Amino acid sequence: MSKQQSEYDAVVIGGGHNGLINGAYLAKAGLRTLILERHEIVGGAAITEELYPGFQFTTFSYALSQLRPQIVQELELVKYGFMPLLMESNLTPMENGDYLLFGQDEQQNIAEIRRHSKHDADAFEQFSHDVAMVVQAVRPLLDAIPPDVTSTDPEELLRMAALAQHVRSLPPRVLQNGMRLLTGSAADFLDDYFESEILKAAIASAGIIGSKVGPRSQGSGLVMLYMSIGEHDGDQGAWSFHKGGTGGFTQVLARAAAGFGAEIATGTDVSHVITSNGKTTGIALKDGREIDADVVVSSLDPRRTFLQLVEPRELPTELVDSIERMRFQGTSSKVNFALDGLPNFPALADRGEDPFRGFINMGPTIDYLERAFDDAKYGWFSQQPYLDSCVQSTIDRDMAPAGKHVMSNFVQYTPYELKGSDWDTERENLGDVVQATIERFFPGFGDLVLHREVVTPLDIERRTGLTEGNIYGGEFLAPQMFLFRPAPGWNQYRTPISGYYQCGSGTHPGGCVMGGPGRLAATQILGDLSRSS
Amino acid sequence: MRTTPFYDRTNVLNRTGLWDHWAGYLSARQYHLSEKLEYFAVRTAAGVYDTSPLYKYRIHGRDAESFLAGVLARDVRTCKPGKAQYTIWCDDDGYVIEDGMLFRTSESEFMLTAAEPNAAYFQDLIGRASVEVEDVSEDLASLALQGPRSKAILSTIAPEIAELRPFDVIETKFNGSPIAVSRTGFTGDLGYELWVDSEDALDVGDGRFEIGVDHGLMPFGETALVMTRLEAGLLLIGADFGSSRYAWTDGASSTPGELGLRWMFKDIGKTQRPFIGREAIRRDLDGSGRRRLVGLTIDWADWDEHYSQAGHVPPKDHTPVAEEIPLFDKEQKRAGFATSFMYSPMAQRHIAIAQVLPEFSALGSEVDFEVTIDHVLHYIKAVVTKMPFYDPAHRTA
Repeated sequence: MSKQQSEYDAVVIGGGHNGLINGAYLAKAGLRTLILERHEIVGGAAITEELYPGFQFTTFSYALSQLRPQIVQELELVKYGFMPLLMESNLTPMENGDYLLFGQDEQQNIAEIRRHSKHDADAFEQFSHDVAMVVQAVRPLLDAIPPDVTSTDPEELLRMAALAQHVRSLPPRVLQNGMRLLTGSAADFLDDYFESEILKAAIASAGIIGSKVGPRSQGSGLVMLYMSIGEHDGDQGAWSFHKGGTGGFTQVLARAAAGFGAEIATGTDVSHVITSNGKTTGIALKDGREIDADVVVSSLDPRRTFLQLVEPRELPTELVDSIERMRFQGTSSKVNFALDGLPNFPALADRGEDPFRGFINMGPTIDYLERAFDDAKYGWFSQQPYLDSCVQSTIDRDMAPAGKHVMSNFVQYTPYELKGSDWDTERENLGDVVQATIERFFPGFGDLVLHREVVTPLDIERRTGLTEGNIYGGEFLAPQMFLFRPAPGWNQYRTPISGYYQCGSGTHPGGCVMGGPGRLAATQILGDLSRSS
Repeated sequence: MRTTPFYDRTNVLNRTGLWDHWAGYLSARQYHLSEKLEYFAVRTAAGVYDTSPLYKYRIHGRDAESFLAGVLARDVRTCKPGKAQYTIWCDDDGYVIEDGMLFRTSESEFMLTAAEPNAAYFQDLIGRASVEVEDVSEDLASLALQGPRSKAILSTIAPEIAELRPFDVIETKFNGSPIAVSRTGFTGDLGYELWVDSEDALDVGDGRFEIGVDHGLMPFGETALVMTRLEAGLLLIGADFGSSRYAWTDGASSTPGELGLRWMFKDIGKTQRPFIGREAIRRDLDGSGRRRLVGLTIDWADWDEHYSQAGHVPPKDHTPVAEEIPLFDKEQKRAGFATSFMYSPMAQRHIAIAQVLPEFSALGSEVDFEVTIDHVLHYIKAVVTKMPFYDPAHRTA
């Protein structure tokens, strides 16, 4: 029987940002590419939905920063509507009604710090410079396929040597700061610079995003560093809100992918990857159809890529073991509100929208953040959670009707596994806790609420498929990064099954709307194809 | 320093204390600590800019049209009543004196705006014509309301504004005050300009502003204005060219062809209209010219490479640079010069307006753009690009 000519060269499983980016690169290189998305809209965890009439919600992911800038250029995203708007402010309200407000004027920010601590003014500049130097040292590693530490291939040995050379070339201070951030706690790192509690808390909160670590846990330094590696138009560490939300961004990606010739099939649920003699030949859909392709790419997280889409028994036991031990344990939720007006912060009542054009960090002390973590350690959600909030309609007016607003609140900590209860029972209780927390800092908040949407780790998992609702597709912990993401020896986007690749956030450089995995996986796939031909 | 009729409001709104001087008036450089906020308001919602310091000339009388047809280089006879026209005026040698917007409200009634004073120049050319050129700069206050939501904001005040096509002008009333509204602007976005008697300025401004706030309307200053105009590829006197009236040498002057304004003279061979500079302009347009105005896009990868290799984070500064930047060919021979330069948030690239030798003017031509990194000159690839750099569909919708 002659083999039927396959319609596609490559099938990408999952239409989240990494799947779309990967598919766009493959299509751009001339592969006949099909991207499969089980929902009716693409975007995965980066979607915008009108969950209440006239109000656009970024249901899950809510801001852009770490997106690798090459992707914007290489995929010509501007042509397809890429428009990152600046999130220009950062408000950290305090329990006593005072606040720390950062904006775009550096001198003004210094003056604001001096209001809290004269010591911390130049300390902040030193801290910012030190972190920027580490970011600069790390950046090249984000944009290249990491070496394979398990390989004896001379090419890989050379790449390990190049990595060692890169590390060796760094000034000692940068190297040491890098190690302290990669292995230590955010609180310890900040204690070396600052005396002001509010300043420390405002910065440390970045170290707990999405991970089950407290600000005093080792590992929070790494997350804090990751939150600093992004940019808005070259402004290091600054964040953007894409026009139309993160869903607006993934729509841009979908248009770009289609523009390069990729086909996108939504409402198409993949059952498994078809393998034969250690090689993939395509995929099977849940409706029984099969699609042939020599290249199959999973943008799903490592758990599903290795343990669900293929049979674990076809894989080396060591890899299966590694993936089974990979930690996900999602601890973040979202509570999104439709509001009748702008929240009121009494101390800045005369400043109009100024305090609301970026992030609002509700977590005024390191103790506050650590206590929020304490609840999670013992299996419950924080009774006074840390909230990373933004009133996105101040940045993009099209998110809400004129004069109304949408507010996104990222909630930490809400462990996936609750002791003695479950999220279907506790969902609205979490909503109440979050609303009460906002009310403490913004009196009268409850009167503004028109609609509330609570998204627990369980909801994240159900809707996006992300295992245990972990937003990074595998926690940001040193043993799960770079050489080990998702597993030693399998950190170069390949799998033990020939033709089957991985490109999700569970691969290097990792989660957030970074796109690096999608791009680097495409580089690897195209390289393999050109080598084999 | 004088203040405009809107100063009572702009002074309260300007939280930065930063003012530039424009035509003897205070003009806000930026109202907010983030000028980029104002820029994004224009690009995604709406912004309002106080253009009152513009010089404004009322030109009226039986011979107004024929007078202007002889004085202005673009054919004013193609500008019907109810329309506005971007125009230039040139000297006898065909060099550009200045540019401005001409608004025609009736057969014999015009208003011309200019960045520099021009009353003596125009009045001295009247001769026997039955026309008056009045300087009404102080009598008229003006606001530019720009951005995708400008139509929605203004049409709640006067519904007929929704019907205006680009370059249309109408006279209407806001809060009982007579006002002229034109669908014009300097941002390359959907936008309008409002022209009102100075004494009515605050009434009109307040009505508009209250309605606009919920739409995200905010005042914007000169920095944001210059950012948007560069993305729109619109020329700025003093940056992209200088007036030939005050030029020391011909080298410092520019012809319409050199400024990319050939399109203004498509019919020059078909009509007999005499105007100042006509023959020189004809000769210039027939030849290849000394240089051509082009848009440049800096090669992003080359830019990143040069800065990264030097140990820097590649800068992406949106603040426009209005200093001349030399351009070279691959043999390090002079290829031209850039006159305005910035990182464009809309294009996500560094962009420039430049004048290059004719052989480098074709789209896609490459030149080397000079930058200094750590006191060392670097040459970064730039590509001749079609302008405008940003041209949203809603601009002309």
